[in-house]
Amino acid sequence: MSEIRFTDQHEWVRLDGDVATIGITDYAQEQLGDVVYVELPDVGKSVAAGDEAAVVESVKAASEVYSPVSGEVVAVNADLEGAPGGVNEDAMGKGWFVKVRLADKSEFAKLMDEDAYKSFVEGLA
Amino acid sequence: MSAPEAHKAESTEELKVTPLHALHVALGAKMVPFAGYDMPVQYKDGVLAEHLHTREAAGLFDVSHMGQAWIEGPDFETVARTVETLTPGDILGLAPGAIRYTLLLNRNGGIKDDLMVTRPAEPARANSLFIIVNAACKDADFAHIAAHLPAGTKLLRLDDRALIALQGPKAVEVFARFAPEAEGMGFMTARAMNVAGIPCLVSRSGYTGEDGYEVSVPNDRAVELAKKLLAEPEVKPIGLGARDSLRLEAGLCLYGHDIDETTTPIEAALGWTIGKRRREEANFPGAKPILGHIASGVARKRVGILPEGKAPARDGTEIYDGQGNKIGGITSGSYGPTVGGPIAMGYVEIGHAKVGTAVELMVRGKGRPAKIVALPFVEKRFHRTEKK
Repeated sequence: MSEIRFTDQHEWVRLDGDVATIGITDYAQEQLGDVVYVELPDVGKSVAAGDEAAVVESVKAASEVYSPVSGEVVAVNADLEGAPGGVNEDAMGKGWFVKVRLADKSEFAKLMDEDAYKSFVEGLA
Repeated sequence: MSAPEAHKAESTEELKVTPLHALHVALGAKMVPFAGYDMPVQYKDGVLAEHLHTREAAGLFDVSHMGQAWIEGPDFETVARTVETLTPGDILGLAPGAIRYTLLLNRNGGIKDDLMVTRPAEPARANSLFIIVNAACKDADFAHIAAHLPAGTKLLRLDDRALIALQGPKAVEVFARFAPEAEGMGFMTARAMNVAGIPCLVSRSGYTGEDGYEVSVPNDRAVELAKKLLAEPEVKPIGLGARDSLRLEAGLCLYGHDIDETTTPIEAALGWTIGKRRREEANFPGAKPILGHIASGVARKRVGILPEGKAPARDGTEIYDGQGNKIGGITSGSYGPTVGGPIAMGYVEIGHAKVGTAVELMVRGKGRPAKIVALPFVEKRFHRTEKK
């Protein structure tokens, strides 16, 4: 069974075995507005926790998506290059950005669980 | 995810509100600080849908944050000559009811602001000009103008009036239901008239590249007018986000980005705003450097820029010639919803300003191919009365 964790920068990470799928939360896509462009890293790139993993742009502005975990990029969601609106339609599912093979699982365990993220977002309102 | 620049809050202290503020909130707008005002950046449909709706039907914009004023004097000629001491436009040549886009210049020829100047059609206003300036500049502009007025001439701020724009191919049809006489107006003309029984000053003008109106309405009737227009099936409220992408597609300048005190009208490709008589008289601020630019050319020029890939290039992006030499910078860059891809404007060295020139945009440390293109990106659909 997969587990999901969150960051205070509004990324989500879903862990299946040692592969983490990374995206932005529904709250983040809502804040961003219509996504018109997504820039993804090359497969094989290594990222450290906190590094830029992707770029997401609305009509008005660009934002970086940070990798919450360290490891090697093993897949990117190329569908977003042709249809970036997928991030708005299904941020937590089809709108994922990258898959990273974890170097250190303890980084994942340190992230917020769903309840902690929920209260974090409620605290922002 | 990093907070997008555009969403980073300016100081939220003492934000002003327009008379339509509560209506924006009730309509589900996302409010952001802009030029000292709490303004709607978008409504529930979002920037993309709002932009496209304006190009297909009609969009209603609250632009009440802009500065409106009368300049009154003993007669039209005195007032027009006064405005001509501050701008390069042919104001004296304005026919009653005509509007002119012009520039407030500093003595170096830099642009202090861009503005609309209207000569009212109404005989009761024969001794006045009506001006609309940018929100962020209005206090400075009004002080600058007031400081240059001769005795017997005064500037009257219209802080008691809101400004509502209705823009798009259906704007005229919709507006005629409330003000039939507005239908026959030519583009860049203005008339005082009742709109749904409300006394307004109606200008056929806009900032979207579409046909439409900008309506100066008393603050206490602004909500009533906005609600009546919004109740029409063709009309949706449009936020500042789409206002920006619409004007960029139309190739129109945003003050503080595409033009400012360091750019002259010739560099900004706004030489057409300098009247023929004004060039001959050479008596506007900065006439010497500006006429020098006209006579011997400029070192850099505002151009349209079309990135070849899909990545938007934002304000501040450096422009290179492809051989490692920096040749300019982007001043407005966005995704163009009607174009269906990224679009930009900026300044490049004159040797690279020709339409079709290949350039490179440095986005996130990577050079990306782009081309110099003619403006606008989207054909303007202003209403022109046919000359017979």
